[in-house]
Amino acid sequence: MEPIEINVKIKRFNPEADSRPYWSDYTLQARPSDRVLDVMHHIKWEVDGSLAFRRSCAHGICGSDAMLINGVNRLACKVLVKDLGNRIVIEPLRGLEVKKDLIVDMDSFFDSFKAVLPFLINDDAPPPAERLQSPEERARFDETTKCILCAACTTSCPVFWTNGSYIGPAAIVNAHRFIFDSRDKGTAQRIDVLNAGNGLWRCRTAYNCTEACPRDIPVTQAIEEVRRAMLFRGA
Amino acid sequence: MAARYAAQNPNVSVAVISKLYPTRSHTGAAQGGVGAALGNVSEDHASWHAFDTIKGGDYLADQDVAEMFAVEVIEAVYELEHMGLPFSRTPDGKIAQRKFGGHTRDFGKSAVERACYAADRTGHMILQTLYQQSIKDDVAFFNEFYVLDMIMEGGACVGVVAYDLATGELHTFHAKATVIATGGNGRIFRVTSNAHALTGDLMSIAYRRGIPIEDPEFYQFHPTGLYKLGVLLTEGARGEGAILRNADGERFMERYAPTIKDLAPRDMISRAMYLEIREGRGAGPDKDYIYLDLTHIDAHIIEERLPDITEFSRIYLGVDPVKEMVPIQPTAHYAMGGIPTTIDTNVISDGRNTIVPGLYAAGEVACASLHGANRLGTNSLGDLIVFGRKAGVAAAAYAAGSDFGPLPTDNQDVAREMLASIRSGPRTERVAHLRRELQDSMQDNASVFRTRELLEKQVGVLADIKSRLPHIGCEDPGEQYNTELMEAVELGFLYDNAEQLVFAALNRTESRGAHSREDYRERDDDEWLKHSLVYKDGDGVRIDYKPVTLGYYEPKPRTY
Repeated sequence: MEPIEINVKIKRFNPEADSRPYWSDYTLQARPSDRVLDVMHHIKWEVDGSLAFRRSCAHGICGSDAMLINGVNRLACKVLVKDLGNRIVIEPLRGLEVKKDLIVDMDSFFDSFKAVLPFLINDDAPPPAERLQSPEERARFDETTKCILCAACTTSCPVFWTNGSYIGPAAIVNAHRFIFDSRDKGTAQRIDVLNAGNGLWRCRTAYNCTEACPRDIPVTQAIEEVRRAMLFRGA
Repeated sequence: MAARYAAQNPNVSVAVISKLYPTRSHTGAAQGGVGAALGNVSEDHASWHAFDTIKGGDYLADQDVAEMFAVEVIEAVYELEHMGLPFSRTPDGKIAQRKFGGHTRDFGKSAVERACYAADRTGHMILQTLYQQSIKDDVAFFNEFYVLDMIMEGGACVGVVAYDLATGELHTFHAKATVIATGGNGRIFRVTSNAHALTGDLMSIAYRRGIPIEDPEFYQFHPTGLYKLGVLLTEGARGEGAILRNADGERFMERYAPTIKDLAPRDMISRAMYLEIREGRGAGPDKDYIYLDLTHIDAHIIEERLPDITEFSRIYLGVDPVKEMVPIQPTAHYAMGGIPTTIDTNVISDGRNTIVPGLYAAGEVACASLHGANRLGTNSLGDLIVFGRKAGVAAAAYAAGSDFGPLPTDNQDVAREMLASIRSGPRTERVAHLRRELQDSMQDNASVFRTRELLEKQVGVLADIKSRLPHIGCEDPGEQYNTELMEAVELGFLYDNAEQLVFAALNRTESRGAHSREDYRERDDDEWLKHSLVYKDGDGVRIDYKPVTLGYYEPKPRTY
C-alpha cells in the first residue's frame, strides 16, 4: 500500500520542563499498514527524540504501550493507521499520574492487582505429577488467563476516573482467573477483598472495559460471574 | 523470576532488577510450549528428548547438559503446574502435549507429542505464573532499572550498577551473588521476533568486563515469522498439521526432510525456505515469501489451540488463516550462544572452566551449552525454568556462605562516563540510522547463509559503524524517563553483539546447525567439534575454544 499523509497530535508533558500539558502536532507520511507504534517511532527517531513512551514486544503481548488513541484505550502496536484514518490523536491513559508524555505511573494499578491475591492458593501437598483438571474445568477460566496487565480496561472505567482507589476491572479479571480455577482454594479471601468499600460493588456495568480490552477478554461478563459467585456465597 | 523463586533461603535476601516491568518480559511472547517427556499423550522418555536436543543442536551441545536437562525439565514442568500454571489439558485431565519440530520417538523414528502447552501462549502463562509467585512472596523489584555495568573486584562479581529510568540516577547494587537472566539480542537483525528491549545488554557488559561469549555465531532463524514484520507464528501450528508451501503450492519440505517434513528443526526449514525463494519459487509480487497453510485444519482447532497467531495474522496482514495461506519468512529468533556457564550455571571466564565467583547466568543470555548449534523448539522455555532454578539455588547457597566482597569506590565511573559521553556527543549521527544500518547489514551479510565474502564485507560495515558511534548524541537533556538516552546506550551494546557474531562466524569454516557457510558446506568434526569463545581484545577480538562434552552419542550425519 502506498504511503499517505497523516496528521498526528500527541499530548505532551514533561514535569522537568513544563508547567502544564500541551499538544505537539506532526504531519508525516505513513503506510496504511503501519502500526501506530511505527508512527510514534518515526516521530521519536526522526523528528523529536524527547518523546517518551513505553513499548517492548510490538505485537500486543507485553502490555507496555496502552494509551488513549482517538478517544479509545488501545495498544499502539495493535492498531493500524488504516483503522484510524489520517488524523490520529494520542494521549496518556486516564486516571493515572503522567510521569512524562505517554508514560504513566503504573504502581497504583499493580497495587490493586496484588490486592486480589493473584496467585494459586492451595496448601494441600501437590501430587508427584500434575494436579488433574478436566478440559471443561480448564475452559471455565480460559478467557481471564489472557490478561496482560496493560491497564487499558481499568483506565477506561468511569468509576475509576472519579475514584482512583476503586480496585478496577483488571484486578477483578485476575480474581476471576483464580476463583474459577478448580485447583484454587482462596475464594473466601479474595471475596473479602472484593467486598471492601472500593471493591467490586462499585462497578456500574458501563462496558467500557470490555470494549477497551486488547485481548478480547469479556471483562464485564467476568465481573458479573465474580459478582454472582459472591452473592452465591452470601457475601 | 524462576531463579528468584528457587533462591528462597532463610539466610539470604533477594531482589530482582528488571529493565521493564516484569510482566513485559519477552518470555511472555513464547507461544508453542515447553518440551518435557511426560508421556501424557504417547510414550516418551527423557533419553529421547536428550537425543533430539543433541541431534537438533548438530552435536555441538554438551551432552551431559542435555541429559541432565531432559530429566530435570520434567520436574520443573510439574513444579510450574503446582504453582498454578494453567496448562491446556488432555481428556483425562493431565497436561496436554503436542508435536513440535525435531521432537521424535525412539531416537528419530517419528514425531512425538512432547510440547506441554497452554493454548498458544505458554510463555505468557509461565511469565504470569512466576510473577504471581513473586507477589505471593512479596519480592523486592527494581523495575525499569537498566543495568549498565557489572562490578568486578579481584576476579569476582560483587554487584551491578543500574540506571533508574524514572529519575536518571545511578544505583550501585552490592551483592554477594548475581544471576544474569536478561534474554537475547535479536535486535541486531532487521526482521526479528524479538522485542525492542532485547539488545544483548548483559552479553555486551560481560564481554567488556573480560568474560568471553560462547558460540555467538549460532543464531537461530525461526521459519515462520509474519512477512516483513517478523512477528512469530508458533511451530505449534505445524505441530497441529500446518504445511509450508512455495509459490507453486508444493509442500517442499518433502524434498528436504522426507521423514518429518514440516516438523524438521528450524535451521533446516529456514534454509529450505531461503533456497526455494532463491530458486524463484517464492510467493508474492517480489517472490520473496513462503506460505504457511492451515486452511485444511478444522477451524475449531485453529481458534481453540492457536488463537493468538490467528489474530496476529488477521490484524497485521489482514489474512485469515482459516481461509487463506499466511505469507511468512524466516525471522531472527534465538541466540544459542551467550555467557558461558558450567552445567550448574556458574559463569566461566575461559576454556578451562575457570569459575567467576559470585556470578551465575541462565536462559537465553547464557550458554551451558544445551542448544549447541541449533536450539530445539520448546527448549527455550525449558532452559529458563531448569537453569533459572539451578541458578537461584546455587546463587543463594553461595551468598549464604560468603561475605560481601569489597566494593570499589569508583564502581559507577564506567556507567557515568558511558552516559556523559552520549549526552555530550555532537549528534552528527542519529542513533536510529546507525541502528538501522547495523540491522540491515547483519540481515544481508550474516544471517541464514554466510560466505567469507559477505562476512568480510560485514567486518567492514561494522568498522564503519564503530567509527561513527562517537558522533551520536541525545537531544533530550532531561533526567526523568529519558528513553532516548537509553536507546543510545543500547546501540553500543548491540554493536558488541554484532561484532561477536560476525568474527566468530568468519572464523568457523564449516557448516553446523544454524551456522551455514556456503563456502564450507559440510560439518567438519575433525576441526570444528568445539565451542568458540570470543573475547574482547583491545579494539579487536580474540577467539579461543572449549571442547564439546560428548559421552552419550557419537556425532552422526543429521538427516530427518
